Amino acid sequence: MLLSEMKAKQTARVVRVGGNGALRRRILEMGILKGSEIYVEKYAPLKDPVELIVKGYHVSLRVGEAAQITVELVK
Amino acid sequence: MYQKHLSIALAGNPNSGKTTIFNNITGTRQKVGNWPGVTVEKKEGHIKKSGYDLKIIDLPGTYSLTPFSIEEIVARNFVLEERPDVVIDIIDASNLERSLYLATQLREIDCKVLFALNMADVAQTRGIKIDAEKLSELLDVPVVFTIGNKNKGIDTLLEKAIELAESNYVIPIKRRVKYSKDIEDSISKLEHFIESLAKGALPYNPRWTAIKLLEDDKIIKERIQQKTGKNSRKILEEATAQRDFLVDRFDDEPEIVMTDERYGFIAGIIREVLTTSTRQRVDISRNVDLVLTNRFVGFPIFIFFIWAMFQLTFSLGVYPMEWIDSGIKLFSTSLAQVLPDNIFKDFLINGVIAGVGSVVVFLPNILILFFCISLFEDTGYMSRAAFLMDKIMHLIGLHGKSFIPMLMGFGCNVPAIMASRTLESEKDRILTILITPFMSCSARLPVYIILAGAFFGVRAGSVIFGIYILGIILSIITGRLFRSTLLKGVDAPFVMELPPYRIPMIKSLLIHMWDRSKLFLKKMGGIILVGSVVVWALSAFPRNIPYSINYALEMERVKTSFQTEIATAHEPEKAVLTQQRDLAVAKLARAMKAEHAEKSFMGRIGKVVAPIFEPLGIDWRGSVALLTGFVAKEIVVSTMGILYAADGNEDSEALKNALLSSDMTPLGALAMMVFVLLYMPCLATLAAIKRETASWKWMTFSISYSTILAWTAAFIVYQGGKIIWA
Repeated sequence: MLLSEMKAKQTARVVRVGGNGALRRRILEMGILKGSEIYVEKYAPLKDPVELIVKGYHVSLRVGEAAQITVELVK
Repeated sequence: MYQKHLSIALAGNPNSGKTTIFNNITGTRQKVGNWPGVTVEKKEGHIKKSGYDLKIIDLPGTYSLTPFSIEEIVARNFVLEERPDVVIDIIDASNLERSLYLATQLREIDCKVLFALNMADVAQTRGIKIDAEKLSELLDVPVVFTIGNKNKGIDTLLEKAIELAESNYVIPIKRRVKYSKDIEDSISKLEHFIESLAKGALPYNPRWTAIKLLEDDKIIKERIQQKTGKNSRKILEEATAQRDFLVDRFDDEPEIVMTDERYGFIAGIIREVLTTSTRQRVDISRNVDLVLTNRFVGFPIFIFFIWAMFQLTFSLGVYPMEWIDSGIKLFSTSLAQVLPDNIFKDFLINGVIAGVGSVVVFLPNILILFFCISLFEDTGYMSRAAFLMDKIMHLIGLHGKSFIPMLMGFGCNVPAIMASRTLESEKDRILTILITPFMSCSARLPVYIILAGAFFGVRAGSVIFGIYILGIILSIITGRLFRSTLLKGVDAPFVMELPPYRIPMIKSLLIHMWDRSKLFLKKMGGIILVGSVVVWALSAFPRNIPYSINYALEMERVKTSFQTEIATAHEPEKAVLTQQRDLAVAKLARAMKAEHAEKSFMGRIGKVVAPIFEPLGIDWRGSVALLTGFVAKEIVVSTMGILYAADGNEDSEALKNALLSSDMTPLGALAMMVFVLLYMPCLATLAAIKRETASWKWMTFSISYSTILAWTAAFIVYQGGKIIWA
């Protein structure tokens, strides 16, 4: 599934970071890499952007950017 | 005594507590400027320590040294080109894994690095324990524990930095990030290639250069072309060949694979040095955030904060404003008594003091506003504001972070435009810069207060609010328009850290507030002083005006005619007659001053441009005031003071009365407010636009667009209003 399809309070593992160029590299540099565990903290009041916890810190992505990241849900 | 100089650069992620440490080291002995050629703020401080003269440079906060944003380029270039003796990498202990990414990049550059493991106390309460000795051993880097906000460990940090600077330290090969075999092979091939072809020509470490070439780093490629001349083609060809090989081998770009591998290397370190207790703890910051960005109350709270900021700025600010105002008046009147009547006195009192005085009264507003903004930033709320607002800002084609400069625009456009640096994409930056001037800055407020206060009485507040809203609406329209025409393109990634909420340090808040207010004061000392003097000169010259009547003679006549009457009258009438006489004399004096203003150079210029402003319901005096407002918008008030309130008093009540008795209508006043809101940014803002966009083109564009928009909008207000209320 895509990261953008996750609901708040779900945890997933990154399978693939898609997209291209600067965005992709920036996402990777912020620690969202293949195999990283991601917890969806919450969506903003207007449903965009989304707040994630990755490597112990909070980061926000636009839903459109989260749609570039493929994940699998972790129990 | 001879003192050895050492330069120490502070690097680190945003929110790592870097600025706090910098403030603790240097205190108030900071020099704030700009990095050469770009507009990123550069902070420097000099201190003496153990017989050394230390120069501390605060590098921009970055997550990486990949040259995407200006900050990253600046930070990297400084380390590469200026070769500081030591780089202190400030690492947020509760964010070790991500912080180490920048650390590994710094290590690759081959400079002397020292880690400051900051806020380990906070990390500990979050159940994170770091084995610093192990970390130090694994990376072979000295590690010092610091607690920035409690000023702990700073001395040790500096001592270690000096020690490291004086040592002959070489980074052991085995402590480096080791990439997978294919990449390492390519690196060493390229490294040898570079060494043989460009020996000594490049000031950088060959391995690092090779890595950057494999990452397709544009800046390094350009640098190679500059430095190695005709050999550069061979090097770049070889780099491309190696890159192609790796792309083929990994089915992905090498920079992506290398980012992955760096994190792999970091993960290995983390496993050895970090222990996280599994016990769940109450995370206060997270709970606070659940409320502040809550689906239902998030926006109301946000709006409340903004409202509170404006209330504080403009209501609380009134009191010190009054003190400053009366102080200036006192100074001005006592000076008037001491100095002999001549042109110099006129220049000093009506030019310099009146001009600067009319601006210095806004200092309390500016201080409070910047205090609030620093409070938002230092607590971590600013990024939540961007988080809340991104959806809306994105509709205008902007980034959530654009909200920050736009919000600051309400204080002063100059720092607001500078704040647009936080935006990574150039298009976002330019767009934000172009629409920020429509955020009505505090310098425009006095103009509204005078005009709305005079013509709209109790509804003045609503009218002013409406003006602010108009600015916001026009900025949205402009944003959408430019986004779909001039500045088309992909949106910048919105990858933004939401740092934990922190209790701000009062010292940091005050330093930030002061740094920004200093910009305002500098503007006042320079541009506004010159502007006021020019305005004064234009209205004071020519000295000999052919008056329509001889005012001095007329005044004498009035006085003598009353003289006899007063002498013969009895007590009650005597007082009344004296009053009548004084009024008549004052009226003549006002008329004389008004005629002087009309026939001065300023009045002549005003009359020439008046036809342009006539359809807006603005007379020649308003036109002159608007022209002088180019220097700084607050000058509009002081010019109106000279041109309308001819009773020699700059006080706002007098000006309001003078405006009411002039032929300005409420509609004309409204049109003038709209014009002041929108027309060309002030001189200082234009200077900021020029610097931030690094182009005359955008500056000229900003002038023409805003002025045309201002004229059109004011025209619609005045002519439309006349039709509606006719």
